[in-house]
Amino acid sequence: MSMILEMHDICKDYPMGKSVLHVLNNIDLSVEQGEYLAIMGPSGSGKTTLMNVIGCLDTPTSGSYLLDGVDVAGCSDNKLADIRNKKIGFVFQSFNLLPKMTALDNVALPLLYQGVKRKERRERAAEALEMVGLGDRMNFKQNQMSGGQCQRVAIARAMAINPGILLADEPTGALDSVSGAAVMDLFHQIHERGTTIIMITHDRSIAEHADRIVHIRDGILTGGEFDA
Amino acid sequence: MLENIGLSFQGIWNHKTRSLLTMLGIIIGIAAIITIVSTIKGTNDQIKQNLIGSGNNVVTVTIKSTNDSYVDLEYGPRPEGVGVVDDEVIEGLLEIENLDAASSYVSRSWANGVYYKNTAFEGGINGIDRNYFSVQGYRLNYGRMFVDDDFKQHKKVVIIDTKAMRSVFDGADPLGAIMEFMGEPFTVVGVVENTSKSNVVINSVNDYYTYTDSSGGTVFMPIDTWSVCYKYDEPRTVVVKASSTDEMTTVGDAAANYLTGAVITGSQYQYKADNLLEQASELQALSQSTSQQLIWIAGISLLVGGIGVMNIMLVSVSERTREIGLKKAIGAKKRRILGQFLTEAAVLTSLGGLLGVLSGIGLAKLLSNVIGTPAAISVPSCVIAVVFSMVIGIVFGLIPAVKAARLNPIEALRRD
Ligand SMILES: Nc1ncnc2c1ncn2[C@@H]1O[C@H](COP(=O)(O)OP(=O)(O)OP(=O)(O)O)[C@@H](O)[C@H]1O
Ligand SMILES: [Mg+2]
Repeated sequence: MSMILEMHDICKDYPMGKSVLHVLNNIDLSVEQGEYLAIMGPSGSGKTTLMNVIGCLDTPTSGSYLLDGVDVAGCSDNKLADIRNKKIGFVFQSFNLLPKMTALDNVALPLLYQGVKRKERRERAAEALEMVGLGDRMNFKQNQMSGGQCQRVAIARAMAINPGILLADEPTGALDSVSGAAVMDLFHQIHERGTTIIMITHDRSIAEHADRIVHIRDGILTGGEFDA
Repeated sequence: MLENIGLSFQGIWNHKTRSLLTMLGIIIGIAAIITIVSTIKGTNDQIKQNLIGSGNNVVTVTIKSTNDSYVDLEYGPRPEGVGVVDDEVIEGLLEIENLDAASSYVSRSWANGVYYKNTAFEGGINGIDRNYFSVQGYRLNYGRMFVDDDFKQHKKVVIIDTKAMRSVFDGADPLGAIMEFMGEPFTVVGVVENTSKSNVVINSVNDYYTYTDSSGGTVFMPIDTWSVCYKYDEPRTVVVKASSTDEMTTVGDAAANYLTGAVITGSQYQYKADNLLEQASELQALSQSTSQQLIWIAGISLLVGGIGVMNIMLVSVSERTREIGLKKAIGAKKRRILGQFLTEAAVLTSLGGLLGVLSGIGLAKLLSNVIGTPAAISVPSCVIAVVFSMVIGIVFGLIPAVKAARLNPIEALRRD
């Protein structure tokens, strides 16, 4: 199996006045194509920071990072935006939908940035919404939907671009257990169709849905336990 | 791009009150400028029309001294070396290319010794030839025009204009009435009215102010009768009609040259054509310079409006930090975010400019109805105004847009 993600010796420092805060310390992480990985750790351990680096929202202070064979370290802002746009599907804890837009327009937005024509955009967005079971909510806005529905729209938005990696930071954090379970079901379907998933959570029962769990504590990633 | 414009309109609509308040500075500034510009243009058009007559194309050719000293054309005899412009000379003028008609006359802008019953007539008096009325564009309202016999037999008849009819006869029927000229009885045979907007003969900027209002009108007598009551040898002024407004200057100059050659001996005097267009622009410059200062003041309002737009756009950027962060996270590049906010600012101010133009036109029309200042809407200046508003939006939207484009998506998403 080929690696979709290879991180070696990744560090992230924040200068704090005279001293330096080491948030990520010499992280080595490899993820196989099609893997379902959970990153677990307590609050403040650096999970979100790691996800930002994985998602090319942030550049590491040092270390090497190959995403789908591309060395991300030396990329310009615009190049990183391109990579995010084409290879990474983000799912956030707080959905981050644009409240003035309909579900369909939200899902179509990354396709707009890819330069996809309007008609195709709408078709693909509609398809993605069907996939998450919201085919009947296309013209709803955020304030007309439940939290679980919003998160499914966000997942549809992430999946509409056919990303290399679906990257989720506490995707069930804001949801009740029923909606959370629905999201986990969706992740399973997505995983089964071959998409790599990296999910961040501090909830053991959620993490257990993944093939493999790695732990992070004080910026140090400790080896992966492999699931059955 | 089109998408951005659509979204901008939606954004403006979503914050109606705020948008309107933001646009207010622009609206007021543009409205003020459009009102001023329309009024200037209206005034200028009116001045030009008054001076050169609307489509009348008549140029006045008068005797001037070659050394610029004053020549009394009204109460004195002909200066030395100046001959009579008789019918033969007028015939000669007609040979000039693009010169359609010519006429000569003697005049006094303030008549002396003219009475009807016991009231003195306070207006002008012209001794005219056969062509005068047609060249100057007069129309007969009542009675009759002069006929050949009036000239040949030095008949004591006068024709008055409608203004004189009002000032002297005050509504009574003037036809057949006897007016007294230097003690001589004259019969009123007709009433004429000038069909071009202003019939006054303008020789200078000062005349413009004098003639337009205060005169009690004009009475006309056959030029051959003039010597019955006034001097027989008064200098004659010539009016020529050009075939088009553009030809007025050349025709006027050619006529002046011809007249100087035909009737003037010696080099002390010459016939000279009034350059009406030049005088018009002199007057226009006068009204323009005062209004230009007003435009500067209105410009300050635009500046304030622009700063208001910048302020609101900055607020909008910080309100929409999350939106910007999300957009950047899912792949929007800097220039897309920049474009979005610039478009929004430009749409906002263009809309303000458009509303400003509309209210400016309304205001100019209202002013012209209420206090009678003429208004002429100039389409190019309206277009310029809207484009200029757009530029204001882009200029003042730049700082907020750059700020938005530079937002760090991580921090933007973290913010709640
Ligand atoms: N821009 C920054 N400047 C300085 N320190 C930062 C910055 N961003 C994050 N940190 C620090 O890095 C550490 C890890 O933060 P991070 O957000 O990755 O934690 P987390 O594991 O996601 O926690 P949580 O589960 O609460 O979301 C924290 O101690 C935080 O204070
Ligand atoms: Mg976190």
